[in-house]
Amino acid sequence: MGDATLGKGRPAPLLARWPRKALSLVVTVAVTLLGLLFVTFMIGRVMPIDPVLAVIGERATQAQYEAAYQALGLDRPLLVQFFSYVGEVLQGDFGRSLRTGQPVAQDIARVFPATLELATLGTLIGVSIGVPLGVLAAVYRGSWIDQIARILGLVGYSMPIFWLGLMGLLLFYGILGWVSGPGRLGVFYQGLVPTRTGLLLVDSAIAGDWTVFRDAFSHIILPASILGYFSLAYISRMTRSFMLEQLSSEYVTTARVKGLSEWHVVWRHAFRNISVQLITVIALSYANLLEGSVLTEIIFAWPGLGNYITTSLLANDMNAVLGGTVVIGTIFVCLNILSDILYRVFDPRAK
Amino acid sequence: MTSLPTPTTWRAWLTADAPASRRQARAASLYQGWQRLRANRLTMLGLAVLALLVLAAIFAPLLAPYSPYAQSLGDRLLPPGSEGHLLGTDSLGRDILSRLLFGARISLYIVLLVVLVAPVLGLLVGTIAGYAGGIVDTVLMRVTDIFLAFPRLILALAFVSALGAGIENAVLAISLTAWPPYARIARAETLTFRGADFIHAVRLQGAGPVRIVTRHIWPLCVPSLVIRVTLDMAGIILTAAGLGFLGLGARPPSPEWGAMISGGSDYLLDSWWVATIPGLAIFAVSLAFNLIGDGLRDVLDPKDSGQ
Repeated sequence: MGDATLGKGRPAPLLARWPRKALSLVVTVAVTLLGLLFVTFMIGRVMPIDPVLAVIGERATQAQYEAAYQALGLDRPLLVQFFSYVGEVLQGDFGRSLRTGQPVAQDIARVFPATLELATLGTLIGVSIGVPLGVLAAVYRGSWIDQIARILGLVGYSMPIFWLGLMGLLLFYGILGWVSGPGRLGVFYQGLVPTRTGLLLVDSAIAGDWTVFRDAFSHIILPASILGYFSLAYISRMTRSFMLEQLSSEYVTTARVKGLSEWHVVWRHAFRNISVQLITVIALSYANLLEGSVLTEIIFAWPGLGNYITTSLLANDMNAVLGGTVVIGTIFVCLNILSDILYRVFDPRAK
Repeated sequence: MTSLPTPTTWRAWLTADAPASRRQARAASLYQGWQRLRANRLTMLGLAVLALLVLAAIFAPLLAPYSPYAQSLGDRLLPPGSEGHLLGTDSLGRDILSRLLFGARISLYIVLLVVLVAPVLGLLVGTIAGYAGGIVDTVLMRVTDIFLAFPRLILALAFVSALGAGIENAVLAISLTAWPPYARIARAETLTFRGADFIHAVRLQGAGPVRIVTRHIWPLCVPSLVIRVTLDMAGIILTAAGLGFLGLGARPPSPEWGAMISGGSDYLLDSWWVATIPGLAIFAVSLAFNLIGDGLRDVLDPKDSGQ
């Protein structure tokens, strides 16, 4: 349909097919998110905690119970209840947390920056070590560096993350004293810098308060390194296998025959060709870290979303748990789809 | 396939150039696979660790010096190597070695249950979608994609919170989040076989869809599912341990390894062994499963191998 206007002499197959593709993408995202909401809604329905009793308490009379039952809309058909739930979530209303007494959305907005900061730094660490390691492992295949990459990956896939966190605390905090203990900031530094982004490293840097920055850094570096290690295990393994595929293709042989230096062949030719695949892998690993930080946040008493969900869970605070699940699930779905789009848009072979 | 006590006869039968029966041909190909698996030392190491785990689980009551629940507050937090307590004691004076041995039972139990539930669920969904096609396929695969797009640990947490803590509920929660990849594999396999001549032949003989799927398609899906399940076992163990650590898996007195780490984390800086030792056990077992999975993949599916 858009061919005449968008095509203009130059072949533009991607743009021409864009409206239909965009539409199908929007439908995919919408259906997936609706499915996510349906699952959390059903979980909220089957749980053994009676939502009415949670509101009015155990000692209410039968009449009060009936009234609350109707006020909460539980007498309506399930499908109607579901759509009113979807409507509320779309307006950013996850209900009120029983534990904190605040609206869940407000709670999540407060704790989310802590998780974001941790996962971002973790991904940065994972990428900055994992990518070069994967490339070197592929180039010097079978050498000691390849073995190290393999062992790091294997150990990373087999290690319970919460246990590694505890061991890190034991060694670097308890024995060596190189880093600060659990929490985001020492007691003496709290509230010293104004909250702008909620990311302590960024806020303290903007305020120019380097003592706070240093304290925040010594708190975040250990949990971020632990998360970074798990993303390193994944990223280096994927990088290695992408690079191996490129290095065995004929254009690389041609480039070598032409007499190009090995450095030039590896980085300017082969590495450039894996960059799109690599970006999708990094996006996926970022999504995984946002989720995987749940256990790490518990170990390090990190006041983030994972900690919020787990604490609410143990307090039977369902609104908070489901709200947190929806938020993480939405981010997860969006990053998944984003990496898919990146792949399709930037990799000509995917057409 | 055990080792070869009488190599002259068995080996000759297994390595014959021209197998005389279908059974012999199948045994010979299994034997060749086993030979290749045996050449991989790391895989053998993994199998050895797994064998140790199974033995520990079976003979836990004989091997354990104490009851895993017996408290003795006078002997609390004894370091490893103390008299009578090889691996020390925890904060309630319970012997860590005994709890570790009984905990092996729980870990195996969880893995076995998940392996019995998740792939079967995936197999059902995948083969029905692949064989029926059309709208059924679209709907089932959409549902699969939705589950695949979910964060697994968070979803398992939400499920456990709805169902209540406990081993069986943890298993159910892990299974409910683990089946989508199996459904995809089973569907892909079904699609390749659906139009095959032998399926047409069976249909002409009068077999209905249920018989075709259960008797002719399922057996063909099993090998690729087995590889995937082996590779997933480490993940299952880690997720179960994570749930146990959060207090959402096995209930407190039970010697589940993740829960043991959780119990030791309060005493981490003074009594490192309480949290460290069960963690080492989890690490060893999931490493073993990963090594076996890698080895199996190298043998059964060489094109994807890491080497």
